[in-house]
Amino acid sequence: MTAATAARPSVARVAAPSAWYAAPAAAFFLVFAVLPVGALVVLSFTSWDGLSAIAFDGGESWRSVLTSEVTLAALGVTGKIMLFSFLVQAPASLLLGTFTAGRQRYRAVLAVLYFLPLLLSSAAVALAFKALLDPNFGIGTASGLDVLRQDWLGNSDLVLFVVVFVIAWQFVPFHTLIYQGGVRQIPRSLYEAAEIDGAGRVRQFFAITLPQLKYTIITSSTLMVVGSLTYFDLVFVLTAGGPGYATRLLPLHMYLTGFQANEMGAASAIGVLLVLLGLGLALVVQRLGGRDRAASEMEGA
Amino acid sequence: MATRTTRARLAAVGLLSALALVTAACGGAIGERAGASGQATMWGITGAPMQNILEQSVEDWSSAHPDQQIAVDFFGADAYKSKVRTAVGADEGPTLIYGWGGGGLKAYVDAGKVLDLTPYLADRPQLRDRYAGAVADNGVIDGRTYGIPNNAGGPVMLYYNKTLFAEAGVAPPATWGELMALVGVFAERGVAPIALAGQSRWTSMMWLEYLVDRIGGAEVFKSVLAGEPNAWAHPAMRDALVKIQELVAAGGFAEGFSSIAADNKADQALLRTGRAAMLLQLGGTYAAIKNDAPDFVDQLGYVPFPIVEGGTGDPRNLVGNPANVWSISAQATPEQRDTALDYLTEAVFDKPYVDAFLQAGSAPAVVGIQDELNGPGTTDYMRTVYGWTTGAPNYQLSWDQALAPDQAAALLTNLELVFLQQQTPDQFIAAMNATIG
Repeated sequence: MTAATAARPSVARVAAPSAWYAAPAAAFFLVFAVLPVGALVVLSFTSWDGLSAIAFDGGESWRSVLTSEVTLAALGVTGKIMLFSFLVQAPASLLLGTFTAGRQRYRAVLAVLYFLPLLLSSAAVALAFKALLDPNFGIGTASGLDVLRQDWLGNSDLVLFVVVFVIAWQFVPFHTLIYQGGVRQIPRSLYEAAEIDGAGRVRQFFAITLPQLKYTIITSSTLMVVGSLTYFDLVFVLTAGGPGYATRLLPLHMYLTGFQANEMGAASAIGVLLVLLGLGLALVVQRLGGRDRAASEMEGA
Repeated sequence: MATRTTRARLAAVGLLSALALVTAACGGAIGERAGASGQATMWGITGAPMQNILEQSVEDWSSAHPDQQIAVDFFGADAYKSKVRTAVGADEGPTLIYGWGGGGLKAYVDAGKVLDLTPYLADRPQLRDRYAGAVADNGVIDGRTYGIPNNAGGPVMLYYNKTLFAEAGVAPPATWGELMALVGVFAERGVAPIALAGQSRWTSMMWLEYLVDRIGGAEVFKSVLAGEPNAWAHPAMRDALVKIQELVAAGGFAEGFSSIAADNKADQALLRTGRAAMLLQLGGTYAAIKNDAPDFVDQLGYVPFPIVEGGTGDPRNLVGNPANVWSISAQATPEQRDTALDYLTEAVFDKPYVDAFLQAGSAPAVVGIQDELNGPGTTDYMRTVYGWTTGAPNYQLSWDQALAPDQAAALLTNLELVFLQQQTPDQFIAAMNATIG
């Protein structure tokens, strides 16, 4: 998002107001983002347990982070969760968004129900699912269905998909909301014309709705992909990264390294990795569809 | 929340560590308030019964000693752990620091943040002598005293469901062989032999702690603590890990144990609803079950961890939480230090303090309370725990507390993989040896 903001002045240089208008925001950004990132980079070249004096150790923290199998595993887990989250959330929220964009009353009622998870805090969601997934006292026993009696959080192969599901459960409503707004902005006349031409519902969806939603899809995908770098609270409460390292995401790895193992230098190095990764991803997703800016102005999505 | 990401926000998340430290360090106003007057400060943690006992004790002390005031503040346990570490690191901590002993205390000692109390013990012998058994060792690092016990801990013990044992016509296990035999007995009856909240990981760790102690004695883990190279490769360690995997393979633990979490007490629930026969858990579990299911307490049995055939460990040895300790900040002014020392000497475990613990149903490991332990309102459980605690030649603090934090984190994760049969004992030993030095 910020990448887009930063790029805007170059497009509209002629009519740009004085750069001083940006001073308050720039100062805020400097104090709360740039400065801490600077401190983070400095800290990543130290070894510090949070108690003793901070000692510079050259690249020792970096070496230990980059050569550790756990960091590699965490990167892998982060990538998997990112991919699967996107594959699950994007189609689901696109379809739900299109569905709830309809003006029928029952759809309005359903829309309200769908948005409920958005009102709950991640920690509460995680606690509720942890109780539901208990193999002895959870949903499996309560429903009497053996299919639901799995070692949900203890099976290393299963747990990743449990996490993806719970994340989707919480965040699909948010993206549904974005798509709903996007769909409602598509001019009715396009559909009317398509109906006259004899296009069916499915054809209308693929020929009108989907192309018209291009920039909504980009926005939502950016949030989804970059956002998956910040999944922390939910996974921390649900699995604490376990079993073993099966759901140890990069942000979780950073927290556990810093605040459980008290290796602030190494945790800072992981933090720098996260920042770089986030910036890179945001840039890539923006580039994927951001060339035709004039169209994006018309879309207003 | 996660979806609101912008570049700035992402950077802020990446910086959680730096920011959290800065903000927490700014919260040192409490320490400053007292610094000027010579009034001692104290940070405790919330939760019955300790909070009430502490509040009362400090109130009595302060009203009896107008020139030696103590101001106490309470924090939730998890919040406290990160807050106190940051505050002590920034020299903004309280005079009296509540701690768990072990690795956390050692980090304070190494950084020179807490006072060596050893020189004061000569004039104030009760600081050490009033504690029975090995409990006072929890405040000792490298032979010097840095912490004074302030509450009643609880040893890890093997709980069992008396009804299930009676129905099966068996007795609680005294040896590892008997325990393994019971696995088959209960599995045949459709009952999980042992409840284990494996998702919480420190629960699984208690099995390793006791097995290593029973097989090789307390010295095995002491050499790990001392940081001796290759200490994890002790044969007793390997033997214990092999036995754990045998127990897992035999179906000893309740199905899906690695999805069971201790924080919602699902392991206790398995035991008291008759779905599991045994449970290895902390001493506090008795009180928790008594609170949740008062009717079940009569059926709740408890025995020490079984001996292992051929093992050399003393069967009276305990693991668990001997007691929390008070340390005195190295930053304290001489007045604050004297106030704190006088309080520790005179008020901690005075008669009202001990009585309050007895009333709360726990037996602190202090000498000379045998009469009180037979008084009204006491239970067999309290007498048993007191007997075990005072008679234990060694009382090992839980490993995750005793080790340095980075080693503890590695231990919990690697041991979880052993329980999941995803790591062999040799891989575990190699991974843990790599954390030494």
